[in-house]
This record gives sequence, structure tokens and C-alpha cells, in this order.
Amino acid sequence: MDIKNLKSEFPIFKQKINGKPLVYLDSANSSQKPKTVIDRLSNFYETEFSNVGRSVHTLAVKATNRFEATRDMLKKYVNAQHREEIIFTKGATESINLVASSYGEKYIKKGDEILITELEHHSNYVPWHFLRKNKGAVIKFAPINKNGEVEIDEIKKLITDKTKIIAITHISNVTGAIMPIKKIVDMAKEKNIPVLVDGTQGAPHMHIDMQDLGCDFYVISCHKMYGPNGLGVLYAKKKWLDDLPPYQGGGGMIDEVKKDNITFADAPTKFEAGTMQTAEVVAFAEAINFIEKLGIKNIATHENEVLEYGFEKLKKNNSINIIGSPKNRGSVLCFTIKGIHPHDIATILDDEGVAIRAGHHCCQILHDKLGIAATARASIGVYNTKEDIDILCKAIDNCKKVFQI
Amino acid sequence: MELKELYQEIILDHGKNPRNKGRCTGYNHDAQAHNPLCGDKVHVYLKLDSEKKIIDISFEGEGCAISLASASILTDTLKGKDLFFTKKVSEDFLSMVKNKTKITLNSLTEDQITTITSLSGVQAFPMRVKCATMVWHTFLSALDKKNN
Repeated sequence: MDIKNLKSEFPIFKQKINGKPLVYLDSANSSQKPKTVIDRLSNFYETEFSNVGRSVHTLAVKATNRFEATRDMLKKYVNAQHREEIIFTKGATESINLVASSYGEKYIKKGDEILITELEHHSNYVPWHFLRKNKGAVIKFAPINKNGEVEIDEIKKLITDKTKIIAITHISNVTGAIMPIKKIVDMAKEKNIPVLVDGTQGAPHMHIDMQDLGCDFYVISCHKMYGPNGLGVLYAKKKWLDDLPPYQGGGGMIDEVKKDNITFADAPTKFEAGTMQTAEVVAFAEAINFIEKLGIKNIATHENEVLEYGFEKLKKNNSINIIGSPKNRGSVLCFTIKGIHPHDIATILDDEGVAIRAGHHCCQILHDKLGIAATARASIGVYNTKEDIDILCKAIDNCKKVFQI
Repeated sequence: MELKELYQEIILDHGKNPRNKGRCTGYNHDAQAHNPLCGDKVHVYLKLDSEKKIIDISFEGEGCAISLASASILTDTLKGKDLFFTKKVSEDFLSMVKNKTKITLNSLTEDQITTITSLSGVQAFPMRVKCATMVWHTFLSALDKKNN
């Protein structure tokens, strides 16, 4: 595979969109899937499907083995210490809800503080809001600076004796700021405060190493890293696995069920209630294979080249305002064009086959702070090239033509 | 072709220079709405007489060219009109955008019909239909909602 020419690995690029080749710049929203992942899904359903972890027949045993093999693969991929630290969920959102619910139930009481930042996606704010509403917890927001990044000192300033958890994004899906996770974790450790990292935008683009980062929880969205939809991962450090109560109840997660008492399975099963996404987990192994064949560091280098090229090109355009200028930027370019609403930009770009997202990107707190209702966002995936950026820029010129400015 | 139909001259004009923007003095009915998907907001203000005839009408809001143009065209068309007229035009408009029907009200001028019909281009863009319809729904709920 040639990292500079990967579109042929992704069947979606065979089609034309509005008569033009597809320029997909919406990977921060969801990435496209390589053929190997798609084939694995259908092939698993055709020849190997069975539910996992329950029956003893041949198919069930094989399916269970395949399912658990992905867990082993992920343990290695994120360098977790133990395989049971990898919990499958329906997405990054559910992963955060799991922690907010289980950790919150046991450790958060009235007046306790949850420390997040103004950069957070709604999925790393709303689950904590439930604890504010139901338990009287307090949510504190570490503010952004003028570059659209959160300085570590701002987080430090907000830590008190009541801070019970710090929940922060790895990469902002709006300003692109890459947070210094390791430093934040080290600081939190001194005060014995657990840290949850929303790695939704981090995991697809960067080398991640749980033992090196040292965080307590790390959240992954599989559909943003070339894997199937409806699947997420929660990495939870071993010390929490026995300690935290289960999240949802149902089949699979129990040890023994009596009329007067129920005991639960060991982790990770304890946190995986009901029938899991069998085929999705199995096919996600192919997404990891795809990433590993290319090498995550090579992916990062390639994506950064495209991103940098895009940043410089958009910067030269006087009518474009780029949102955020963090020292370390990852994978996204949010912008506005004077006199054209982001929604209109997105519609006109779509006419040229260019897919971007417009809106507040599930970050209303951040947009309120920036004083803008909506932005247009071009986000980079491994298949993007500098030519894609050239087409984006031409399409942006067309916006101005349509709006006669 | 379709893009040109969406961003017609009339829409661009109303989008760039929306009429009746602000809060009209003496309003006695109002309603607001927002689209949680994109953050567009609209607030409609009405000054109605006892028969719900529109003495004055205005709107505040932020949004795309389509939503601003739609709000501007709505306020421009309905100012000074009685309840029968305003309800009928609203129904006709919503039906035009959703079901591709024509505006049927006889008492509209040809100019007004051309202006309202310019928004029918959204039919080809299902994700943008709400941009055009939100202000009309908000207007209808303002008609029923007395301001305290």
C-alpha cells in the first residue's frame, strides 16, 4: 500500500458525488472503511457468525475466539497491561457514559467537582451533567486561550480537594489542539485524581500507549478509525475493574442470579451486558491491521503534511478565518468565510463532490466562547491528499462566486 | 443547475439584506426556535390586532442564507395581512417545500408568488428543508402564543 495513494483501498471512492470525484474531508465525523474491513464483516456473517460467549457449538467457539482475538490485538495496540482492561461498548459516547455512571455512582457525591475543559465534545460533558443533576456535583470548565488550546496551568488552577475526576479530550474536534495528556495525568496523579481521556480524535491519528500516558480511562471510537459503526472501546486501568459497579444489567455480565441476590462476572464481561457487536468487533481487527500495515507514525506524518498544506493554503485566502491556532494541531481545520454561512459553504462544496461538516460539531460551549454559532470543518483522514486540498480551495472559490463576493 | 435554483438572486438578496430584522415595537406575540443540529436560531415578533391581523412583524436570528431569506420573505409578505391570508400562505408555503405543490392564494401579487416560490429550490436538498421551514413554523406558533 502506498500511503500517498490509498483511495483504491476504500470502495466508496469509486463513485462520483454530484458528477465529481469524492473528496471526503469529514473523517473527524466518521471515517470511510477499507475493503478489508467491509469484506471481513460480510465474510464473517456468511461463514462464521454466531453469538459469542454463550453456546458451546463449533461456530460459537470460533466466533468467541475471533471476538476475543480483537481484544488481545487492542491490548497490544494501545499497550495496555492487561487484556481485561479493554472493554467493548457501542461507541465513545457509551464509554464515557459508562465511566460517568459507574464511577459517579460510587465516588461522586453532592458538592464534588468534575473538571473538564471548554473544548469538550458534548459526549464528554452531557454524561457528567447527569451527575450534576442527580447528585449535585459541580462541573468546572478549564478555559481555552486565544489559540484555542487549554493550558495545563488553567487545569491546575481549578483543582481543589473536591476534584473527583478530570475528563479531557486528546485532540479538539474544532480547534485541533492536541492536549499534553501525559503532563496532565502526572499532575493529577500527585493529587490522586483519576483522568479520563476522550481519545475519539486522538486514537485514529496518533500513537497511543496506555502505560506511557498513565491515564485511568481512555475512550476510542472505532468508526472514526476505519472500523465498523456502532462500536467503541473503553480502556480502564485494572485498579478500577473490580472496584467499579457494572454499568448496564442483562445477559452475559452476571456470575450467578438468584431471587434474592445477583453476583457479577469479572471484567471485562461485567461491563459488556447483552449481545455484543460480534461482527463489528471481529471486523475491527482488520481496521487495526490496516493501520498497523501502514504504521500509525507514517499515517501521522502523511496526515500532518496534508493538514499543514491545507492550513497554509487557507491562511493565504483573505476571506477565510481559521478557527484556532494551537501549537500542536491535529487532523482538523475549522474555518469561516466572511459573508457566507457554514451551511451554505457545505452545500456549495458538496456540489463539487467535497464533503465537509458545518455546524457547532457538538461543541456548543466552545462555539459560545468563540462567539460564533457555526463553523465549517475540513478534517483529514489517511486517504486524503494535497490534491484534495486543492479541490477544496477551488470549491471555496466557487462559494464566493455563488454568493457574488 | 440545482445549486443555482437554491441560491437564486432573490434569496441571496434577502439573505444578505434581510427585511424586518430586529424587535418591532409594541409586539404582543412572539415565539422562538432553534435547530440543534446546526445552531440556527430564529425569534419572531408579532404585533397583532384583536382579529390577529398583523400590524407589524419582525424577526431576530442567525443562520444560513436560506433561513435568513425565508424569514425576510415571510415578514415581507405577511406584514399588514389578516389571519386568513397569513395562515393560508403559511400552509401553502410548507406544502410547497414538502410536497412540491404550488402557491394557490389568489390575493398574492405575481411578484410575491415569484419571491415565495424562489425558496422551492430547497426541495432538491433534503438536509436544507428545515432551514427554510423553521421560521414559518415559528411564525405559526407565535400566532397562537401571546406574549406576557
